[in-house]
Amino acid sequence: METESVRSGNSSYVSHRSHRSRDKHRDRKRRSRGDHNHSSSLLKADRSVTIQTPPHSTTGGGDGEDGEEVIEVQILPQDDNWGDNTTAITGTSEQTSMEDISRMAKDMEDSIGLGSIQHLGVVIATMLSFFAFLTPIAFVVLPLVLWKETLDPCNTVCHGLFISFAFKLLILLIGAWALFFRRPRVVMPRVFVFRSMIMALVFVYTLSYWLFYGVRVLDERPSNYQDIVQYAVSLVDALLFIHYLAVILIELRHLRPQFIVKVVRNTDGENRFYHVGQFSIQRAAVWLLEQYYRDFPPYNPALMHIPTRAPKQLTGFKFYDVDGNPGNASASQTRAMIAAAGRRHESIHKERYYEEQEYERRVKKRRVRFVCATEEAFTHIKRLSEERGPAVPMDPHEAAQAIFPAFARPMQKYLRVTKQQPYHTMDSILKHLAFCIVHDCTPKAFLERYLTPGPSIQNESEIHKKQKWTLVSDLPLHNSLEPGMSFALREQSFSLLVTVMRIPTIKLKEDYQDPKSNKFVLRLQSETSV
Amino acid sequence: MAAGSPIGGIPCLLIEIVKEPVGGSAGLGFSIGGGIDQDPSKNPWAPDDTGIFVTNVMPDGPAARAGLNPGDKILQANGYDLTMATHKDAIKYLTKKKEQVIRLKIFRPDILRTRGNPSM
Repeated sequence: METESVRSGNSSYVSHRSHRSRDKHRDRKRRSRGDHNHSSSLLKADRSVTIQTPPHSTTGGGDGEDGEEVIEVQILPQDDNWGDNTTAITGTSEQTSMEDISRMAKDMEDSIGLGSIQHLGVVIATMLSFFAFLTPIAFVVLPLVLWKETLDPCNTVCHGLFISFAFKLLILLIGAWALFFRRPRVVMPRVFVFRSMIMALVFVYTLSYWLFYGVRVLDERPSNYQDIVQYAVSLVDALLFIHYLAVILIELRHLRPQFIVKVVRNTDGENRFYHVGQFSIQRAAVWLLEQYYRDFPPYNPALMHIPTRAPKQLTGFKFYDVDGNPGNASASQTRAMIAAAGRRHESIHKERYYEEQEYERRVKKRRVRFVCATEEAFTHIKRLSEERGPAVPMDPHEAAQAIFPAFARPMQKYLRVTKQQPYHTMDSILKHLAFCIVHDCTPKAFLERYLTPGPSIQNESEIHKKQKWTLVSDLPLHNSLEPGMSFALREQSFSLLVTVMRIPTIKLKEDYQDPKSNKFVLRLQSETSV
Repeated sequence: MAAGSPIGGIPCLLIEIVKEPVGGSAGLGFSIGGGIDQDPSKNPWAPDDTGIFVTNVMPDGPAARAGLNPGDKILQANGYDLTMATHKDAIKYLTKKKEQVIRLKIFRPDILRTRGNPSM
């Protein structure tokens, strides 16, 4: 029934066995590979120490500055607390396409078959659901096949039961298809408790029904066919109820908002608030990541520092001796330098302020030039049906290429000043321009993509990369969200810090306001002369 | 306060003004403000007092000659009580055409130091 991404649907069965072997593999690999940090395996927190050697030693290591060498030593934690679940850094990766599977196959030497376990889980879940679906049909068909001669003929009630049986099976099929046949988007690190619970329920139900069937029906071969059909119908009912339970637990329970969650990106402070229902930590993380791609602008490391036009160095002051007095030069110099340093400390704020002003003005100027050039370029294009007189018909792509040079240069300058140029290639711009021309967009509609940095999902170059996120939490991932909890979702260049707050309980009281009670008095202070 | 005079009541001043009607105006020569339908908080002399107050006295008018000062509270006008009167009612009582002389009972805070006989 559920064939959604039940990645670790059955890993609860398998994980006990492989956990130990996974640890052994992990430690061996880590010791041999030094400081290679692979986030797709279950790692504990690493501690690393940096030792700076005095300049004359020549042990290996990285770059040196002024002859000093830096060695990084990793203290690998001993494996004495592998059963302890307090700190878990686990990997979630999205978009299991073929490349993902091959990559996961590569990763298997680090984490023994984590990917294959999850795929195995999906396969097992699918097989189990099919088996459960086919069971009632088997219950009904087997007597017909095996001992048709001794069966009572099917009367009205029996036919009625057949009809209801067929329709219930159809409804079950449609329900399962509607809800659970989805392209798996998400791989979760730990067992999804609800799913495995549902699958366990299905398994138990089917098994017990089969046992009963095997003992009572197959052995004794009763001739009352109606009873058998009724039995099969009861199994279908039970499966429908399990489906209902699955819908409630997996789809509906988390829809009512219980918490407000604040997500802050640690590099540039972008923050958003979300309503979240009752979730476990890992499911909440998945849900938040889906919202992240819609709401957050892409992280642009180049925007962290405001670019200055001409960096001025105030450190080098030249001292000219006006008086021609060689003796007092050093004393007066040091005093002047201290005074200059003090003044410089205050002028840092001023500099920063003026730099920011200057930058904003530059951005505005270039933006205006860009917008004007684009608007003018768009006036050169008209639809064939609207144009009178001689015309050379072009298809949209050619039209785009024809008008692009008119605003190419201001566009390039604008993108450069806002540091957006890595996100927009020439191809993508032309494609977008052709698209806008086809749909009769105004220049403003074409420009909205470049003037405001939209959500992260808009930048195609980032999407085709595989999105690898690490969930960092000091509580086990099955725990439901609690107010005051916080965890982090780490990506390569930034991380998202998540804090959970509870929505206050609202006590709503009723108060009736009589419309007749809306009376008013005039407050005047008038002066009259008599 | 003279001995034997009744205790209680407000000491007030009696002022007689002879009307000099000129054109449309009643001819008393002062302006009043206040009233129970007005906002007493704007009263500069006695906030939260909804009585009728003299806000302005025209120089060389009949009221100025009779000794009326701005800030005086009018308690009675020709027997009509003005302590609980609306603004329009007060104007009505003060500007009755049939009466040529208006006798006002006035209260002012420094009433005991004014010339004239304070009466009850």
